[in-house]
Amino acid sequence: MPILPILSVLLVLIAVRQPDFMTPSSLMSFLGRSAPIVLLAAGQYFVIVSGEFDLSVGSLVTAQVVVAARLIDSDPSRTWPVVLLMLAFGSVVGLVNGLITTRLRVPSFITTLGMFLILVGAVYLWSDGAPKGGLSAEFRQFGRRAFEDTPLLGRVPYALLVLLAAAVLAVLLMRSDFGRTLVAVGDNPRTAELNGVRVGRAKTIAFVLSGVAAAVAAIVLGGYSGVSFQAGAGLEFGAITAVVLGGVALGGGRGLVAGAMLGALTLETLFALMNFYGVSGALRPTVQGAIILAAVAVSSMRSSSR
Amino acid sequence: MRRTGVAVAAAFLSVLAGCATDEPSATPSGAASRTAGSGTGEQSKFFVQADYDNELALLDVSPTGPSDRPWEQALNPKMAETAKFKKPGPYRICFSNAGLNNPWRQVGFKTMQAQVEAERRRIKEFIHVDAEGKDQKQIADINDLLGRSCDALIISPNTTATLTPAVETACRKGLPVIVFDRGVNTSCPVTFINPIGGYGFGHVAAEFVSQQVKPGGKVLALRILPGVDVLETRWSAAKVAFDKAGVNVVGVEFTDGDPAKTKKIVDDYLQRHGTIDGVWMDAGAVAVAAVEAFQDAGKPVPPINGEDQLDFLKLWRDDKLTAIAPTYPTYQWRTPILAALRILNGEPVPSPWKLPQPTITEENLNEYVDADMPPLHYAMCGCTDLPGYPQRWK
Repeated sequence: MPILPILSVLLVLIAVRQPDFMTPSSLMSFLGRSAPIVLLAAGQYFVIVSGEFDLSVGSLVTAQVVVAARLIDSDPSRTWPVVLLMLAFGSVVGLVNGLITTRLRVPSFITTLGMFLILVGAVYLWSDGAPKGGLSAEFRQFGRRAFEDTPLLGRVPYALLVLLAAAVLAVLLMRSDFGRTLVAVGDNPRTAELNGVRVGRAKTIAFVLSGVAAAVAAIVLGGYSGVSFQAGAGLEFGAITAVVLGGVALGGGRGLVAGAMLGALTLETLFALMNFYGVSGALRPTVQGAIILAAVAVSSMRSSSR
Repeated sequence: MRRTGVAVAAAFLSVLAGCATDEPSATPSGAASRTAGSGTGEQSKFFVQADYDNELALLDVSPTGPSDRPWEQALNPKMAETAKFKKPGPYRICFSNAGLNNPWRQVGFKTMQAQVEAERRRIKEFIHVDAEGKDQKQIADINDLLGRSCDALIISPNTTATLTPAVETACRKGLPVIVFDRGVNTSCPVTFINPIGGYGFGHVAAEFVSQQVKPGGKVLALRILPGVDVLETRWSAAKVAFDKAGVNVVGVEFTDGDPAKTKKIVDDYLQRHGTIDGVWMDAGAVAVAAVEAFQDAGKPVPPINGEDQLDFLKLWRDDKLTAIAPTYPTYQWRTPILAALRILNGEPVPSPWKLPQPTITEENLNEYVDADMPPLHYAMCGCTDLPGYPQRWK
């Protein structure tokens, strides 16, 4: 995985500039607050490796957080039902994206762009333009709380454990038959179909996985920051940048889910480094754009010389 | 006379200076994060010395009018004659609203609707049109309302310059026009209603933070976004106060009103500087997120300012913060209805109608915290005596 040397170099640069960052507690807190983007990168990976895009995840996260706040309305007893509802909501949005893309043959770029706009508009309409209600402390614990005073590691955020569990599941899934099928579908859908693979079904499941990842990310992110209309703004681009940075080919068929998640971590590390060197946060979108262009250019140069 | 001349000249010069130093390459955020020391950056080009002096002077003026009803009070009122507008009721009052797109406007509009309900005997119809934050829609809205035989027209403009011609057109129709919240560049409306304003807000918060921070302490300034006049005035007054007090402002950052971004920024500064000893904010929307960033990092919460949103006030009381909350009171949404009724009855009204702008402090905090109201409710709504309280605001 070419991402590992890049990540190592960034970590060395941070260690030189800000040695405190390398203490366990600081690293744990960094990993915890990076959890949402890493989760979204994992979800985006399934879709991209199967040859599609999911631009709807950012607005899905916003919608989930705003809906959760209104439904929970600061009542702790509604926490778990709403968490389940969010997971269901995420799967349904993914299912719709998948069915429209595979059955109606709408390019996923357009399908998910449409979904993005529908969700933005629907949330605005439903909430009259300002979020209502509130998230309970029980809901927010996944994004805020931590196991205090763990030996060696110090403070271990719950978000990090959620992330590790999701990462293990994602890796196991990609090592199963389904994972191999998904990569085959992205590599060459025609061949896959001739080999008896149900291409549409595999792609639809990838969209559902992305929707579920967005729901988990929304739970962690809503917990971290509380209810807001900007909760998920721009996250779809962060996730796509991370996946590309992690060595996954746009167009599908190549790359590892671990690479995509490490790509997200590398992106966050780069932003942390920029912060320590006093670079304005306003430059972050520019850096993301440059990474997407560079990574795709490098990958297409390599595949044409193959 | 001479003093006014000097003030005008100073204002003119400061505007010139603002223009001359307004280089696009030096954004406030970039400039501030690069320089050490009192890093407040360049003064905002929105800063007008005369307005600043005027607002700071108003902070010390005692208002005229009933002290338990601040929405009826006025600061240094100059009365406008309205006898020519007198007509028999009940009236049809029309309202062109810039938008309902933030919790402040939501609370304000509910307060206004309740005020209308309280005056049901004298108002036969209340027509509200929401411009959804779009200038073009509001221009069309005002035009439509002029054809609906309104007895009085209330306008809360979306932006100052673009809406001015539409307001002037409305004035020419001969019906009384009342403007509130954001202003317009014309004196044709019968009155313009708003509280003291952004300089007062920013100054009160910055004075508090300057006094509470230990000498040499590091202050972080969090702003929502650049280029909006009401927010620029808040920051420019704070900049003057911080520069005067020699406060070490280590960063001026934009949060976009996003709590997640706010927490990351505060976290970044904590990691970069170890401690932050004071936080100034230009609006209360993300004050809770800023406080949480300190709490989640296991650091003491430094002196901070918020606004009168209940989530912040509750946190302030429960966690015993060192805090202050200047306000931009939502009770100002009551005043335009009262003004319209007075004008249609031929009674003189203050013009401009400057409302008091109270500050919530440690001493009066308990009067404003109400655990039963939602977290995004604004405590300074002056709405507890209105029909439908508290259910309407939940």
